[in-house]
Amino acid sequence: MALALDAFAADVGDTDVVTISGNSTRGGPVPAVRGVRAPAGIQWVQPDEMIVCCGAATPVDELVAALGQHGQTVALPAGGTVGGALACGLSDVRRLGYGPVRDVLLQARYVSAAGEVVKAGGPTVKNVSGFDLPRLLVGSRGALGFIGEVILRTRPLPAASRWFTIEAHDPFDVFARLYRPVSALWNGTRMWVLLEGHAADLAAQQQAAGLHEADAPPALPTGSRRSVRPAEVATQVGEFVAEVGIGIVHHREPWVPPPRGEREQALARAIKHELDPLGRLNPGIDV
Amino acid sequence: MSKAVDDRTGGALAAELASALSPDRVRTGSTELGLYARDSSNIEGAAGIVCFPLTTDEVQATVRAAARHGVPFVARGSGTGLAGGATPLDHSLVIALTKMDRVLSVDPVNRFAWVEPGVLNLDLTRHVTQHGLHFAPDPSSQQSCSIGGNVANNSGGPHCLSDGVTAAHILGMEVVLSDGSVVHLGGEEPEPEGLDLRGAFVGSEGMFGIATKVCVRLTQNPPTVRTMLMDFASVEAGAQTVSAIIADGMVPAALEMMDRLCVQAVEAYIHAGLPVQAAAVLLVEVAGSAHGLEADVARIVEIGSAHGAGTVRIAQDETERALLWKGRKNAFGAIARIKPNYYLHDTVVPRRMLPEVLRQVYEISERYGLMVMNVFHAGDGNLHPLLVFDKREPGVMERVHAAGEEIVRASVAAGGVLSGEHGIGLEKRDFMPLMFSPADLAAQASMRRAFDPAGLANPYKVLPSPAACGDVQHVPDGAWI
Repeated sequence: MALALDAFAADVGDTDVVTISGNSTRGGPVPAVRGVRAPAGIQWVQPDEMIVCCGAATPVDELVAALGQHGQTVALPAGGTVGGALACGLSDVRRLGYGPVRDVLLQARYVSAAGEVVKAGGPTVKNVSGFDLPRLLVGSRGALGFIGEVILRTRPLPAASRWFTIEAHDPFDVFARLYRPVSALWNGTRMWVLLEGHAADLAAQQQAAGLHEADAPPALPTGSRRSVRPAEVATQVGEFVAEVGIGIVHHREPWVPPPRGEREQALARAIKHELDPLGRLNPGIDV
Repeated sequence: MSKAVDDRTGGALAAELASALSPDRVRTGSTELGLYARDSSNIEGAAGIVCFPLTTDEVQATVRAAARHGVPFVARGSGTGLAGGATPLDHSLVIALTKMDRVLSVDPVNRFAWVEPGVLNLDLTRHVTQHGLHFAPDPSSQQSCSIGGNVANNSGGPHCLSDGVTAAHILGMEVVLSDGSVVHLGGEEPEPEGLDLRGAFVGSEGMFGIATKVCVRLTQNPPTVRTMLMDFASVEAGAQTVSAIIADGMVPAALEMMDRLCVQAVEAYIHAGLPVQAAAVLLVEVAGSAHGLEADVARIVEIGSAHGAGTVRIAQDETERALLWKGRKNAFGAIARIKPNYYLHDTVVPRRMLPEVLRQVYEISERYGLMVMNVFHAGDGNLHPLLVFDKREPGVMERVHAAGEEIVRASVAAGGVLSGEHGIGLEKRDFMPLMFSPADLAAQASMRRAFDPAGLANPYKVLPSPAACGDVQHVPDGAWI
């Protein structure tokens, strides 16, 4: 059944302020503003094209389960909805191997501030037709448009996938000896490494780097999720788990991100103003 | 063509630039203007001034001067683009970035580098090869195309099948906007606050500003690589093999296809012992750790055989591998020996539609009496039909353009897109409505307005009127209309 995109567009309308939410696992709607919800449901899976089409309110876990039937998965963080994962744009700890969330979205149909259904991007993995509006939507937290339906790039499930661990006082020493790990986490004294591929290759890498099998990755501190230069991972202090090779640090303490340059901020606001001149979409969310 | 930039304005701007840069790096002679009047497309434009800044400050001074005089500017790297994206119109200012060609820093542990936009693609890979790293996007023009151009076009290449196109390999940029301000988009930090302006900028075809420094992600060289050639008695069988490999859960490093005419042209050129009687040849490369790689090779050979592959040739050493790739990467040179001119197309279709769209490509070319060769990124469904002709033949250009338009329409009708890696530029600007509604185009136009409200950065490209608000409709010589 086709998604009710037109009904979604009518819900969003073109006059009053409006907010969107999925399962509210990543922040939820703007308080005291009329709320809408995107359509849900998987439209189709095309394993031989490595693409899938679904409504934005489809739960990520439902999508991952459905793709698993075809031996594939999608590089979105678990939990919540597809739309929420895209709108927040925050990767999970597999970013090193799977890439950032922004590389997953190929095409989006979203409802604009004018209440129209707008298509961004195209259905093929390779596509340079026009400006890259999909990458702008990822991480825009619903401030530029409300995503209704998406086509996502999938990836094959690996033959084997296993966490390993090793004591490490220098995160880069172990890291330099690994070949394309999917994840490399470090807490100041120990590293956890996720390797995927052929089981025999995992065993070979394990032996070469002196890794021990681990049951699971470490729990991630939730005080803040910091984005730092990858070289700064080595100088972190306190209770943390850092993504080596990426520069995301999960820290127990809160953190205030460094301010953007004035011109960058002005540019972001100009984009918001162009796409939502009345500021009616998710009001109060600063781009 | 009308001259939107008059001689007096051009003269005043040239004088100002000569003092801001240096007189020898600001050129207005007719020979040099002629050289910069086009890129590698068939579309002829007109340059008013060509200048060669050396630093971000000089780019900034150049853009500020252009803005003061209201003169549009076109940033240009090596000029290898095929869609007219770097073709200047209306005697605008060409800002050639070829002299900004330094690799500024390399972080071999975290695997990124800061480079200037004029660094050549292959030179970057050569520069970091000592660290066991490379820059993954590898367009066929990689010996001569620049990183700045790769960013502007979001370039691809055969090895983008597994590693992704340029957008996946750009971490950050320093950009001069059309008002002369300098901004930093993205950066070494993976998730800077706010909108992903870096992502928006990549692929903006010079219309959002000029990248003056680029932070590129570097990729580890694979420990093992296996390259093989399989031949098929029909194009369909080759194309079905491509789909079957992907559907089996493998993403080879590269998966390229050449049809018979192309193989014959290449063989005559490089003498690699290619199967010249085959209807189609697949070049498959798998890369990675040894066990997974050998399993993939065995499975790919099995799938190929099930689809009727004739012979399977696996490169026995690096020399043979290089020879097989030489055939693929020099196909265009080989074709130049058959007829003096060619028009290279670039569309993407769903992989499962490859047999049907290729059938249409042959039918269309035959109907227009044109020779066509196909050499393309089959794994991505990225077609590159190459129409070969002699432009001295009366009326041939009209037939080439008409056939090209039909190929583009057939690709989009099959569920594909206008361009996989060459970009829209001038060439496909007026085809954008085949893919996008007026509302879709208006959203893209608003991105442009936010980055470049004055509309001075490479105007009249990508967006057809009236979406490109304020842009006058321009129809340069050689464009398809």
